[in-house]
Amino acid sequence: MINIITHYSHQLLSGFGWTLLSSVLALFFSLIIGSLFAIMEILPNKTARFVGRAYVELFRNIPLLVITMFFYLIIPLYLVKINGFTAGTIGLTLYTSAFIAETIRSGIQSVDTGQMEGARSVGMTYWQAMRYIILPQAFKIVIPPLGNQFVNLVKNSSVLAFVAGFDLMYQANSIASTTFDTINSYLVIGVLYLIITMPLSYYMRYLEKKIA
Amino acid sequence: MQNWINAYSWLNIRFLLLGLGVTIFISVVAVVLSFILGSILGIIRYSKIKYVSAILGFFVDLIRNLPLLLIIFFTYFGLPNFGFKPDTILAAIIAMTVFESAMVAEIVRSGINAVDIGQMEGARSVGMSFLQALWHIILPQAYKKMIPAMISQFVSLIKDTSLATIIVVPEMMQHAQVIYGQNANYILPMFVALAVLYFIVCFTLSLIGNHIDKRLA
Repeated sequence: MINIITHYSHQLLSGFGWTLLSSVLALFFSLIIGSLFAIMEILPNKTARFVGRAYVELFRNIPLLVITMFFYLIIPLYLVKINGFTAGTIGLTLYTSAFIAETIRSGIQSVDTGQMEGARSVGMTYWQAMRYIILPQAFKIVIPPLGNQFVNLVKNSSVLAFVAGFDLMYQANSIASTTFDTINSYLVIGVLYLIITMPLSYYMRYLEKKIA
Repeated sequence: MQNWINAYSWLNIRFLLLGLGVTIFISVVAVVLSFILGSILGIIRYSKIKYVSAILGFFVDLIRNLPLLLIIFFTYFGLPNFGFKPDTILAAIIAMTVFESAMVAEIVRSGINAVDIGQMEGARSVGMSFLQALWHIILPQAYKKMIPAMISQFVSLIKDTSLATIIVVPEMMQHAQVIYGQNANYILPMFVALAVLYFIVCFTLSLIGNHIDKRLA
């Protein structure tokens, strides 16, 4: 185990970096896309609601691997050449955005309807009530589940290994196949994943308790 | 157009459906096993038995925070070093069960915690033992609360079986790869078929879940 860490520290660190980079990029973009679709889902407009719902259901019910491989194999075939890392990150973004939309929507809807009614009755417009009354309350409820989505995102970023995305999982396979020491290679990689995910998920559990 | 017609020949579709059968088989076996194992783990964790609960809880957290893909690799390539060499389907089932049990344990634990504490106190005060109160009063209420989380966990398990394609489990994703491996023109049609088939299975399941949840609530 020590051998692997000392001999392959460069590869391990670069895998760690790519995994983090892909996760952070995917989180950033999926927060934006997810919020947009969450808002669409609660608009009074029927078409907007349908589009929001359709997007969320579509990407929630198709495996991440299928989405990622789609971008890796098909986009280069018909449109532009993209590398594994980009394809993987796009796949992760779309997949995660559906879950984030769902989280944010249920957060907004868990705010008591009396809040909206009250805000409207004192003369605020729909958007003012949303901006100043509903969203600040929803934000607090939504933080722990969003954090858990980020934990999932880091774990899911291992699909980059399928498309040569240079992430931790990819490095694990390459180290395992050069050293033949499968157990220790995967253990080291497991620890590296845990370094990211474990503190985060404990912190989210703490926040959950604090809010409740 | 001709590509699409050829790609969707009965031979190919049948091969995909065969893969879907394996996907569902692995999912169902893993769900049943992990439901039992996860429930036991979750209840032990809730019961706060000295040391045991804390240690088990820590391991549950460890597994929950690892990528499933890593666990699949570890099972398939790591276990043979300990003298046990599972075939691909068995390895997939073991890996999924280990991972899902940890997930289910967490659902069970938070489901039990969501039951009002007065229920336990009331049951104990009328003379029930801890286990009686758990079995007759707490768990029936807790499991009702868990249905949505359990169903969405089942849906993600079905989706996650696609990861097992990396150890060449003959499931749907892998069968699709075999088909488009013979003819690059089939790539797009195969991915459309995969998306549609996975969507039908997962979406139907979540609809059923919503329905059960509404009827019980």
